[in-house]
Amino acid sequence: MMRSMPPNVPRPRTALFVTCLNDTLFPGTGRAAVALLRRLGVEVDFPPGQSCCGQMHFNTGYRKRTAELARHFVDTFGDYEEIVVPSASCAGMPAEAYPLAAAGDPGLARAVAELAPRVVELTEYLTDRLGVEEVGAYFPHRVTYHPTCHSLRATRLGDRPYRLLRAVRGIDFVELPAQEECCGFGGTFSVKNPAVSGAMNGDKARHVLETGASVLAAVDNSCLMNIGGRLDRDGHPVRTVHLVEILARTEQDGPLPGVPVVEEAR
Amino acid sequence: MTRSFLGWPAFPAAAEREVGNRQLRENVRRATHTIRGKRAVLAAERPDWDALRDSAAAIKDQVLADLETQLLRAEEKVTAAGGTVHWARDAAEANRIVTELVRATGETEIVKVKSMLTEEIGLDAALEAAGINARETDLAATIVQLGDDLPSHVVVPALHRNRSEIRDIFVREMGRHGRPAPDGLTDDPAELAEAARLHLREKFLGAKVAVSGANFLVAETGTLVVVESEGNGRMCLTLADTLISVVGIEKTVPSWQDLEVFLQLLARNATGERMAPYTSTWTGTTDGDGPRTFHLVLVDNGRTRALADPTGRQALRCIRCGACMNTCPVYERTGGHAYGSVYPGPIGAILNPLLKGLDDPQTASLPYASTLCGACNEVCPVRIRFTDVLLDLRAQVADGGQHPVERAALGAVGGVMAHQAAWKAAVKTATTAGPLLPRRIKLPGALGGWTDSRTLPAIPKESFRGWWKRTQGDTK
Repeated sequence: MMRSMPPNVPRPRTALFVTCLNDTLFPGTGRAAVALLRRLGVEVDFPPGQSCCGQMHFNTGYRKRTAELARHFVDTFGDYEEIVVPSASCAGMPAEAYPLAAAGDPGLARAVAELAPRVVELTEYLTDRLGVEEVGAYFPHRVTYHPTCHSLRATRLGDRPYRLLRAVRGIDFVELPAQEECCGFGGTFSVKNPAVSGAMNGDKARHVLETGASVLAAVDNSCLMNIGGRLDRDGHPVRTVHLVEILARTEQDGPLPGVPVVEEAR
Repeated sequence: MTRSFLGWPAFPAAAEREVGNRQLRENVRRATHTIRGKRAVLAAERPDWDALRDSAAAIKDQVLADLETQLLRAEEKVTAAGGTVHWARDAAEANRIVTELVRATGETEIVKVKSMLTEEIGLDAALEAAGINARETDLAATIVQLGDDLPSHVVVPALHRNRSEIRDIFVREMGRHGRPAPDGLTDDPAELAEAARLHLREKFLGAKVAVSGANFLVAETGTLVVVESEGNGRMCLTLADTLISVVGIEKTVPSWQDLEVFLQLLARNATGERMAPYTSTWTGTTDGDGPRTFHLVLVDNGRTRALADPTGRQALRCIRCGACMNTCPVYERTGGHAYGSVYPGPIGAILNPLLKGLDDPQTASLPYASTLCGACNEVCPVRIRFTDVLLDLRAQVADGGQHPVERAALGAVGGVMAHQAAWKAAVKTATTAGPLLPRRIKLPGALGGWTDSRTLPAIPKESFRGWWKRTQGDTK
């Protein structure tokens, strides 16, 4: 059952940090996040000044640039009580990377330490802050799930995404073999070491095909872009869909167009 | 001529070559998955596994913070027990010391116990140049040596070879270095082991001088410890008249009580065994038992350099169990040679730059030989945070100005992103021009690697912020 918030309780001021990748390449994920959160009674705001968390810069070694973006992040989101992020890897940046990038700038370090606990990855927000697993979603397709490395070992989402997925009506959920293995994206790794990245990605795509799923879900569009790019190039019609886009769909929306519908759900 | 990693190409080029070798990839995949599975079972068997890891990390950090005291204590104890201690600043000094010690015995064929440090310093080549033939006695090290090959793993140096390749090496090479392989040798593992046993037995029995490394040096008694699976180490350590042990200064543990922690972790994490079949310990010399002369060569070779790096010094906790490489998805595709060092995998990606510095392009490429997936962090018995060290080393490379083009590109992007109006304009440009781009193209320059094996995502007509501005988030 969907849990509605009691009336007359002042809502926390909730901001959506959509992430630069979602803003430009996967706006559907941002739209789905807004729709889902509103359905669950959360009035979410989009501060337009937001840009990028600086992960690419930080992971490539550019700490001064990261510090600039950390400062910008603090300026943009500092007033919000909670900042929800539809990406496990970007959601981890304020807690993991900003303290290192802010070394030598005590003011920024303090601001970051104060802000970081309020930045939450979206599935964790649903299960832990809203306390929901059944979010009223309907998705009558065979779905498999890739736990991205950051969601597994940095943000440590554990079984939260699985609990949310299993509660979706009509879904045929299948476990992905060797799921805990990296897809080979690694940000600039995929550009600096394309051969190794491609080999890892090829194995990941093969495992996805082994499940017979029509849809591959994850909580990071960067990894989905990597795996989806491989599946598409090899001519496989498996769709890559951010988990929040699955959770946002209801019976009203019906099945995802162009994707095989699971028999029992008809 | 002994092969070495000298002049090896940087990781991306070396890795691309290795990834293309299907046989190698299959060999490495099979081997790493086998050890990975065994390790997981035996680590899970211990309810106190994480507490052991905490203790091991704490003990090593304590030693590293007080290394001089610990080493001087060990020197005093080894000397009192009849051994001689030598100090080597670098590889050249260590090789010179060992060469002179062997020369003084008059021997020209000696035996070795597998030691990654002697591989690191290129001892075999130095001895060869002095007319001394040093024969490996560990099975995997023997395969590597006979095949004029290079080690690809710290525990299993011939991990990249399958048994039919090993059979071919034995048949071709054993006769040139001693007892030939038996006629009609097949690739049956038991037959291969027996062939190695017969070939090596002659070496053990004939050798007057042995060179070893050590897994640990217990400072309180000056005791050396070698942990091994085959018994070749025990033979060399006890049968030779003269024993020379070449040991990195970071191998020190304060006491036997501390040693206990590492002996519980090492075999489980390295080979998936509860205890290693052979654990040999010795202290100086003992009358009428074992070597009559014992030399300990303590080697720095960059370790104090690593120690000076506040984030990187945790790499010196490493006990060379190899679990990080067994679990690494990058190592699984490339094998060890791609790293251009006897220390491959995640530990190689951090240890080599810490030992040697980042001036050389090959070494500077290693911190980028990782997707930062973090699988290594989770299996490390001494809790090295590989991803923290990798990121710190990347920052050192970036600050060193080695990637001017990338720095300019990321700098420009960062500048735009931190500037609200510029970023909005950039998003608008992308979503206006983007939908017109074909998805199956070859991107130019450094980005071409992406499109070699993937299509590009379709660029949407409207950005999220465009949609928000138009609708204020109204999804109805």
